[in-house]
Amino acid sequence: MSLEVPADLEKEIDERVTHYPVSKRSAVLPVLHALQHHFGFISEESVEWTAAKLELEPIKVLEVVTFYPGFRQSAPGKYHIRVCRTLSCAMAGSYELMESLCDKTGIDRSGVTHHNPIAVSPDGKFSIEFAECLASCGTGPVCLVSDDFHEAVSDVDGLLKQYS
Amino acid sequence: MSDVKYIAGKKPHKREHRVVFKNVDREGWDQSIDTYMGEGGYDQLKKSIKLKPQEITDEVKKGGLRGRGGAGFPAGVKWGFIPPKNEKPVYLICNADESEPGTFKDRYIIHQDPHQLIEGIIISCFAVGAKLAYIYIREEFPEGAQILETAIAEAHEKGFLGKDILGSGFDLELYVHRGAGAYICGEETGLIESLEGKRPYPRIKPPFFPAAMGLYLCPTIVNNVETLCHVKHIMEIGGEEWSKTGTPNNTGTRILCVSGDVQKPGYFEVEVGKVTMGELINDMCGGLKEGRELKAVIPGGSSAKVLRAGETFKIGKGDDEKEISIWDIPMDFDTLAACGSMAGSGGVIVIDDSRSISWVLNNINAFYAHESCGQCTPCREGSLWMKKITDRVVAGKASPSDIDTLDSVARNIDGRTICAFGEACAWPTESFIDKFRDELVSDTNPELEGEIVNAETLVAATALK
Repeated sequence: MSLEVPADLEKEIDERVTHYPVSKRSAVLPVLHALQHHFGFISEESVEWTAAKLELEPIKVLEVVTFYPGFRQSAPGKYHIRVCRTLSCAMAGSYELMESLCDKTGIDRSGVTHHNPIAVSPDGKFSIEFAECLASCGTGPVCLVSDDFHEAVSDVDGLLKQYS
Repeated sequence: MSDVKYIAGKKPHKREHRVVFKNVDREGWDQSIDTYMGEGGYDQLKKSIKLKPQEITDEVKKGGLRGRGGAGFPAGVKWGFIPPKNEKPVYLICNADESEPGTFKDRYIIHQDPHQLIEGIIISCFAVGAKLAYIYIREEFPEGAQILETAIAEAHEKGFLGKDILGSGFDLELYVHRGAGAYICGEETGLIESLEGKRPYPRIKPPFFPAAMGLYLCPTIVNNVETLCHVKHIMEIGGEEWSKTGTPNNTGTRILCVSGDVQKPGYFEVEVGKVTMGELINDMCGGLKEGRELKAVIPGGSSAKVLRAGETFKIGKGDDEKEISIWDIPMDFDTLAACGSMAGSGGVIVIDDSRSISWVLNNINAFYAHESCGQCTPCREGSLWMKKITDRVVAGKASPSDIDTLDSVARNIDGRTICAFGEACAWPTESFIDKFRDELVSDTNPELEGEIVNAETLVAATALK
């Protein structure tokens, strides 16, 4: 099965590839970011498509996808939440924030593993994972909801309401 | 600077000396190039581009600017490592991968004053002869990446980027490159591998010193966001004048980020070495929380060795030698090194007596176990073993001899890896054991000596996935 990449997205990707005049391989991350942003995750087809676009062996793309925590190989929810787990946020209550978010969205994290860190709510609206240090240690606990950054999160209901 | 007004409640502390953070939280300030140019923005580029590149490097050397990313290496000296007879292209990369736990300074520069950074980058590229440059920004700053791309487009439009910049004959293209959530990309050779589209496995030095063999095996300068911003300010007043702020060999200002158990966590730009730990915590951050006492401080990002409240430190040499407490440590590169730790990235994490040391160490170990790139065996295996052992300590399933094992694992990583991640992940464990062994041991159970603990039960018990 081949990947249906819309023409405007491919145009954007082609432009990004020009940022790397020395080596097309350098464009692996930006191409994957563009595909993940559009499709929600990196499928096998996305790996193949990226490899073909950059004239690489697919393994050269797959090894990148499997290394970086920022790339997902399964579909997240409509809104993907990343809660900072690291020290300053943990001291400010990020584990409690994670628990509260899971409670209110009905997400069950019991099946989560290192290689499969994302859990999705039954209605598919939210998914969640712990992220390592989001670099806002002075305003913990912090999280990203898709591309939106939220700091000093205390009102979990209010936060989720923004994504209803 | 007296005419600068700040947003209510975000006024800089009176001990601050704002240079790089001058426009952070500033009233009426925005990210646009017009606002920036309205205050003399890009004037330093216009001035610098008329100089000989070597003159810029000389000013940076005169200023004594030390890298603000962690190692504190003099930036001008780093630039000077490009081989003199080099005929290959030269690249410059701005390291905006800000990911050392406890550090949150580049975020504000990028979000609120992107043109200051871009001007610093262009001047630096001119100095080292780079015609292609990248800002490697961590993926978790999606808005920051967008802001930088907009700012780069604006700078292009004004002729500060692209071909024949300001009629000087100098060409430069600058692009934003987003990472994908890996801490190791903050290590400069890992970053370079990542920018080449690969797994970010750090390269061995020698021979792969980036200034000689970096991106695409060409000379490459990798500098931190804050460092590159300072280049602009050095050009504004000259290296000698700039070096009058701060203290000898620890010149200029730097941004300290304080988090953890203080009344008012935050960022503070101070003259290097002019503020002590006590002034920082008690004065600038409003002190510890009600009724709490200081237990420990991690002074330079989570990989810096921990300092214990109550210990004394010998600083100075000869007649100047003296013993000081944790409160009296001046926050500079050399003193923190003399105290057995490091100024690192400027991320200060304060820990009070309500915290369990085992829990703190376990949180740090979980970070490094997650972030080890896996290239070197001692680090790949050791970082995970350290996490597993402290998982057991936190869960009350460890025996006293586990602390010895933990110590031995850490000391067998340190010094046995390709990159400094080995030290970064081992130092917390080594220093926590050195300074808090009794407390760690008190969380273990002698009756469990020799018992094998089921890993699955343990993970369920600690919920530390």
